[in-house]
Parts: sequence; structure tokens; C-alpha cells
Amino acid sequence: MQALVIAAHGSHLNPDASDPTYAHADTVRETGAFDEVREAFWKEEPHFREVIRTLESDEVFVVPLFISEGYFTEQVIPRELRLEEWDPEKWDSDGTDASQATLEATDVGKTIHYCGPVGTHDAMTDVIVQRAESVTEDPNVGEGVGLAVVGHGTERNENSAKAVEYHTERIREQDRFDEVEALFMDEEPEVDDVTEFFESEDVVVVPLFIADGYHTQEDIPEDMGLTEDYRLGWNVPADVDGHRIWYAGAVGTEDLMADVILERAADAGADLGDAIERVRAATAAGTGDEPRSEPEPGAGAGD
Amino acid sequence: MSESTSDLEALLAAADDGVAFDGLRLEHEGDGYALETPDIERTGLDEGALRDALETVPAYVSNWQYWQREIRGDGTARRAFLRRCERAPLADDESADHQPVADDVALSVPERYDALANGIDREWGQLCITVRFVDVENPDGERVYDLWHVDDAGNDLADLEVYDDPRDARALATEDEDGRYRPLKTAPTLRSGWAFTGLSGQELVDAVEFFYPATVANWHRELHGELDVDHWLETAERQTGIYDVIDELPREAVDWMAEACCVDSQCLRRREWQYEEGDDLEVDGGDGAFPCREPCSLVVAAARKWTVLESEEERTYELELTTSELNQLTDLIDAVAEGRTDEVREADVYDGANRYRARYLRAKRFDEDGNLEATERDGE
Repeated sequence: MQALVIAAHGSHLNPDASDPTYAHADTVRETGAFDEVREAFWKEEPHFREVIRTLESDEVFVVPLFISEGYFTEQVIPRELRLEEWDPEKWDSDGTDASQATLEATDVGKTIHYCGPVGTHDAMTDVIVQRAESVTEDPNVGEGVGLAVVGHGTERNENSAKAVEYHTERIREQDRFDEVEALFMDEEPEVDDVTEFFESEDVVVVPLFIADGYHTQEDIPEDMGLTEDYRLGWNVPADVDGHRIWYAGAVGTEDLMADVILERAADAGADLGDAIERVRAATAAGTGDEPRSEPEPGAGAGD
Repeated sequence: MSESTSDLEALLAAADDGVAFDGLRLEHEGDGYALETPDIERTGLDEGALRDALETVPAYVSNWQYWQREIRGDGTARRAFLRRCERAPLADDESADHQPVADDVALSVPERYDALANGIDREWGQLCITVRFVDVENPDGERVYDLWHVDDAGNDLADLEVYDDPRDARALATEDEDGRYRPLKTAPTLRSGWAFTGLSGQELVDAVEFFYPATVANWHRELHGELDVDHWLETAERQTGIYDVIDELPREAVDWMAEACCVDSQCLRRREWQYEEGDDLEVDGGDGAFPCREPCSLVVAAARKWTVLESEEERTYELELTTSELNQLTDLIDAVAEGRTDEVREADVYDGANRYRARYLRAKRFDEDGNLEATERDGE
């Protein structure tokens, strides 16, 4: 038997913080690829500390629903899961290329494949692009349009900026959008001045955050000048300094995130059958368009 | 009919290796089969005679089928929990070294079969679980499980919102009756008015897991004497980042914290962790069915605040209050601590926690900066 644990932050104050975690877990459940699927949290329950014991499977794939390698993925989660042999060196990463490490959880004697965070997986690039498609309702969005990928910045962790820059560069190489820029909340180039970095009239802004919350629903919209007061809401697109800003909200709420979770588990050796293809087909931005990035999905699979 | 025939065939196949389960014993000896239940004992049976004999004990046969072929999961928390639901012996066929400590008297197969016709109710926190036969007229051993709030036990199903997907439990557990977020799943604030009906055993355990995560696993560990308790100091010392400071919380403050957060009125888990091994907290850990094996994330987060507050020095203040006003401060703190501010009636000015009384006290005793008027007394 194999199990998947999606490890997320959660919140003591905001009931919506766990919504994307539950939604992506359900998408994975519906593929039937794992015998068991569990959500686990730092601030909700089941806690990281107690999730593994709720599983009957001997082999467990743990995928952190976090944006970057750093404090939570390198210290908190492995410690709370009781991965005593853990050492960040096992990921052998320079900040964006952790794949997985195989360890034992000492309270239960199970094999744990501890995966890198979803935010640094290559498949995340596709999710950012799909987020742009969703917010513009244009499956071919790109030509004549600028794309800003927004991150927290280095306040707590330099890898957080690396992840943003990594995907920005990959999207740039696709040559799909006229301009692609990485912007940050607490360092240069700052998201406050978003319009200064783009020539294009239309700019799609995708925050590289897991869940919507204070930063994506209050800070960033106000800082960019989409609205005077977040409580009043904002238009999509919103006119700012002669540009049309298509603000997407947290990328982590995009359905295709479930694909990244599966890719992480597959990279770590999970036996998934055709689950990845089925999830891609089912979560393609409801446009009837073919999934972009990979060969044909199973015919008729999906919704 | 064909199903019970296949039950019988499966049991006969298993008999060659010996069966010892829930009061049913079957063995293949040199001269034939031996069959034993609490009521009958037969030996030297050939296959035909064994078939005939088994047909006289259909409850034992279908009970074996349900647990050994359908539920399975020997030694798992899931199986033990489902057996608890119908008051079955928890050690069933295992000759465990450590005999599980059941929380009540176990029922035999015939007793359970009688009771399952009407349904057997068990509580788990604020959940009520009913296990019953699918087919009451001709019980074939197949059970289903209903799940609802203990407060709805007397209510008609027609008055409840009915669900059948365990995942719906997540939304039901998110907010209390007043729409406030419940960050602590085991807080005694689960809203009522819903029911899950006709769940399979696995679905029931999944739903319980969504309502009260990890409680089944920890209960099962405790049952086998394997609960791995992490006491306050171990948990506090493990923390890093912004919670690194909590191991500085004074010893006596940990008692106050447990009294504030971990008693039955605030959390249904039974606190098993202490200050450290050999140094128990004064507060009672509660009577919950499932144990709490270490301070939860809410306690850790609150402890950070208390650690900062407790690092302040005590000072002596002078402030003018009448005796009744001093008593009113007690009433106010009490009302907030007991969560009863909503219950104080609008015009009940006899209650110190009444809003008008509080507003009056503020008007009288606060200075222009909105603070209680008090003067710090110089150190002597």
C-alpha cells in the first residue's frame, strides 16, 4: 500500500487557508492512485506530528505544499514527522532543485519519501501559465501581454526569491508572453511599481503563494493600486496608470496544482499509473483546449 | 442465500489452517473437523457433518465473514475502532501480549447480533455512532454505520441534513453554531443538525478522522499501552523559530495554561502530557475517550504569548474602585473566560458582565486615552 500526505501550513485564524489543500487532495483521491491520501498541517489537524500514524500504508510520500525550500520544508516538517536521519544535504539542492529523500519515521517504522516543495517543481511553471489563462479566460493568452510572477522576497528566506526567478526564467524561455518579470513584496523590483516594469498594456499578475490570505487578498492588491481598500474589492482587469492589470490571486488555488503534487510523488517513485495524465486532463483550464505541456492524455479520461 | 453459501465455503477453506475468532473455533484434526462455540462442541466431523453443524450457528459464520473477509486489517486502529463501535472484544483473535484495556464490557456474538438489529450506539467526543445490520429480517452479518451529533440523538432523521460522503465532515467541522472558525477540531463546539447514514466501516473511520483527526490512532496506541506521550518540556524544547522561547514559560504558568486550554470544557481530548516525566500538572486531564499525547499547535502558539507576558515584572498599581466595581471586574473576566458574554441579557443590569454595566464602568473609570485610570506606586 502507498499513501500520500500533503503537508501544508494551515491557519489558526483563517478557515480558508486549508481550502486549496483539501481541493488538491480530493483531486488526487479521485484518481485512486494512492490507497490513502491525507492532508496534514502545521497549524491545523491532523498535525504533521500525528499524521503518519493515521495511515495503514507502509510506504508514504510526503509532498510539502510550500513554495520554496526553507525553514518549513528543511526544518519543521522533517522534525515533526520524526525523520531522525534527515539532513537538508540529502536533498542536494542549491535552493530550487530538491527532489526527494527516503527516510524512516521513527514513531511508526514506515518508509517516508520526503519530497521537495511543490513550488520549485518544473510543473509549477505550467500552473503559473494556466493561472494566467484562467484569470484572463483566454487559453492562448500571451501575445501582447506581460506576465508578473510575484513572490514574498527574501525577508525570511532567500530561496523564496529563487523559486520566483526560476519560474520567471522558464516562462520567458517559452517566448509566449511579450514580457515576463519577477516582482517581490519586500525587495526590489517591487510589486508596488508593477506598471513601471512593463511596456504591454495588459499585465497578468500571478502571486506565487499557496493560499489566498492577507498577502494576496489585502497587501498586494492595495500596493499595486488595484483598490484603495481591499474590503471594497477590485476589478479584473483593473486600470492602473494606463495599464490593465489582471490580478490572479494565489497560484496555489489553481486546480492544476494537483498535478504538481503527483509529479513530486512520481519523481520519488510512487506508482501512479495514468493518474498524472488524468489529472492534467481534468484540471485543464475549462476551455476545452488541449493540455499544453505534455503528450496526449488518455482519451476520454478526465471529467 | 448464495452469499451465505460462499461465506460457508470461505470458512471451510480457512478451517484447514484453524479458525479461532470471536468465540468460534474450527480445527482440522486427524480424524476430521472440530467445531466449538460457547454453546456447542463437536469433534470428529467429516465435511458434510461440519457443513450441517455450521448451519446451526449462522451468526458465528457471518460474523467471521464480516470481520475476517470484509473489514480485515488485523491489528489496525481502524478495525479496533469498528469493533469498539459494536462492543466486540477488542483483542478478538489475537493472543496479544498486552491485553487491550477496553472502556466497558464486551458483548458476545449472540448478544451483538440481538443488539445490531436495533442498532448499537457509541459516543466518540460529540459524535454518536450507530452500527446496525443492513438486513434486519435476515441478518447476513453486513453492517452499516450512521454518524451524527450526540445532541441530535433524539431527533428525527428528516430534520437533519443527511450526507454520505465522509469528506463532507470537513465543512461541518470548520465552523461552530455561530459561524466562528474552529481551529481546534476537538473543541466541544461541533455544530449539530446533520447525519451521515449507511456508511461502510472504512467510510465511518474516514469521517471520524475528518471530525477528530488522529484520535482513533492515538486511542489505539493507548489501548495497547503504546501511547508515546511528549510532555510539555520535551515539546517546548523541540520548538524553533518564533516558538523557540516557549521553554522559558515558568513552571507554574504551565499549570495555568493547562487550566485555561486543556480542560474538558475547552477540549475533548484527555490530556496525558505533564510538565515532564515525574512532574505532573495540578490540573485534571479530563475524561475524554481519546488521549492528548502532546501540547497541540494552539497551545504552543498561545504559550509563546504567555512566555512574553510572563517575562514582564509585576508592579503595584493604585486605582480607585468601589467594592462592587472590583467584583464587577471579576464578573467580566469570568464571563469572557466562560464564553457566556452572549448569554447576558440585554437589560440584566444585575449581571456585572452586562454590556451597559461595562460601558458605565468604562465611562466612569477610564481616562481620556481609553485606559483604566491607575497609578503605578513607586518602589519602596
